[in-house]
Amino acid sequence: MTSERAEWGRHQVDSEMYEDGNALAGPLGEIFTMDVTVAVSRCAGCGLAGPVARLHVYRHAPGWVARCPACEGVVLRLVRGPDSAWLDLTGAVSLRLPMPTL
Amino acid sequence: MARLAGYRDETPTVRTLVLDVEGWPGHLPGQHVDVRLTAEDGYRAQRSYSLAGPDSGERIELTVERLPDGEVSPYLTEVFSVGDPVEVRGPVGGWFVWRPAATEPVLLVAGGVGLVPLMAMLRARRQAGSRVPFRLVYSVRSPAEVLYTGELRQPQPGVDISYVYTREAPEGFPRPPGRISVADVNSGGWPPEFEPTCFVCGPTGFVEAVADMLVALGHDPSRVKTERFGPTGG
Repeated sequence: MTSERAEWGRHQVDSEMYEDGNALAGPLGEIFTMDVTVAVSRCAGCGLAGPVARLHVYRHAPGWVARCPACEGVVLRLVRGPDSAWLDLTGAVSLRLPMPTL
Repeated sequence: MARLAGYRDETPTVRTLVLDVEGWPGHLPGQHVDVRLTAEDGYRAQRSYSLAGPDSGERIELTVERLPDGEVSPYLTEVFSVGDPVEVRGPVGGWFVWRPAATEPVLLVAGGVGLVPLMAMLRARRQAGSRVPFRLVYSVRSPAEVLYTGELRQPQPGVDISYVYTREAPEGFPRPPGRISVADVNSGGWPPEFEPTCFVCGPTGFVEAVADMLVALGHDPSRVKTERFGPTGG
């Protein structure tokens, strides 16, 4: 019973504690001139490619942590300090950004 | 910087704020803003709120639910008065948006105050004179918690609305109260062959469940767009 409760509790945490990558539009908009949430990122863990807007964003950390919706690997981390921003893209193989036609 | 021009109480716990924002660049329905409050001691709290209305010059509307333990929403819905300034950044988010030039049918699935960005889409459709067929499946705890009641009651050609009451239904309502099911999404939505764009907005668990149902019904995952509320909504 106890372990079941713990399991259920953990499941609740996993499924209730995140938002969509859409939520990164504001914080990333402070750094980039274009909307990065419409870019396609490729996960370094499992290779899944999809819009940044679809990543699972956790913010109960000192910043934003965006995880792959398939493997839950960390794709992007962003911390906004008082006079600088840290952007960690170790978990993203690439970002494909929509651009105007040349 | 934005200034409160007026407000409307939608329910006892939900208020629509009408704000004037100088230099507002315009927006698309589905986009949101980040609202930042700074306390006298310098402590800052920031929350994202969906824009509730279509683009209309330098005036925007946000619909805010008051969460009892929230840091920001009690201020915005109880203390924030006409003429008061607030820091608003946006519009942001280019993915969960409906473009009035789009021609494919649209399915909106709302859970509670998740209706807000979807309402912006319905209002933008009307504003643009679009004839794109829309369906809305609106899941809400009880009739008393329905937002924009009067406006939703007015029939609009090409817009079908079905309600799912989860705790308490109006008298004589055929469907017993209960969580949204595949049958609700199936009968209130479009067949996948119509290739509709589906927008789902609500609490994380709700969005997760509905997005899974849509994919199980045969909708292409790339046409199912979601926006979840996080745990720090307050």
